Amino acid sequence: MIIRILGEGQYRAPDTILEDLNAIDNRIVELVEKGDREGFRNELLRMVSLIRERCEPLDATEITESDLILPPPDLTFEEARGIFRGQGLIED
Amino acid sequence: MGLLDRMGTIVKSKMSRIMDRMEDPREVLDYSYEKQLELLQNVKRGIAEVATSKKRLELQRARLAQSAEQLEGKAREALSAGREDLARQALERKVSLQNQIEILDSQIAELDREEQKLIGVETRLSTKIETLRARKEAIKAQYSAAEAQVKVTESVTGISEELADVGLAIQRAEEKTEGMKARAAALDDLLEKGALEDYTGGDALERELSKVRTSGAVEAELARLRGEMK
Repeated sequence: MIIRILGEGQYRAPDTILEDLNAIDNRIVELVEKGDREGFRNELLRMVSLIRERCEPLDATEITESDLILPPPDLTFEEARGIFRGQGLIED
Repeated sequence: MGLLDRMGTIVKSKMSRIMDRMEDPREVLDYSYEKQLELLQNVKRGIAEVATSKKRLELQRARLAQSAEQLEGKAREALSAGREDLARQALERKVSLQNQIEILDSQIAELDREEQKLIGVETRLSTKIETLRARKEAIKAQYSAAEAQVKVTESVTGISEELADVGLAIQRAEEKTEGMKARAAALDDLLEKGALEDYTGGDALERELSKVRTSGAVEAELARLRGEMK
């Protein structure tokens, strides 16, 4: 599967990574709900480094749609909270 | 719904706004190419903007560091004149300047990361532009063959996704730089008014110190005169 980290580009990932990503994603939902900033930051970085470590960067000459899109690694807690409220990443 | 699903939705809605404007995917290819060139200019401008902001903060930092050094000198001077109270006053001001300097350091580091990120975006975008330029006519030609339409649509969605990503990266960088600029301007104001640099001269501390200096000189003169009269 193809995964994009926003602002960083695309990676080719083994399908098996999905399970780990989903687990982190669920934790992020909880942490944002609880207002745990540090926990959120740690899980977000864990999510991004999982991709950087286990996946191959896609050649920049390839043009293809991603199956999954990760937020930018410097996503702030406030931005994440806004996203969960359906506010998008930045104002349009 | 998790963060990943929501990110996908955000990007897809940006993509569809690009694609909905066109009826024919071939038009999207041309539009995307133009749009990518435009974005590349924005990224370059963004990099220059971040570099300028960084430079400005570095200059402010240098000014504050110099003031802190001068305060240290004054504290030393006050101490050797036996005025611990004045030395304490000077050092308090030095510490508050050092706090400002630390804040500036972390902002400079953040802008540096932002700059590196945008340089990465620029490199990637340039490659994408080159690829699209080389392939776009071929992809368009394929489109007339029905079986190739799926492939064309794939390329088009891939390009739109890239556009959405770069667009987001630039907007976020702009927002960050705007925030930094506002803070830098506020600090410039303070420096301009001398609110920070007055710490080192022209104020009560300096007046006191100059009293110490004058009284020292006066005492020396007195001693000299007394010596002559003996």
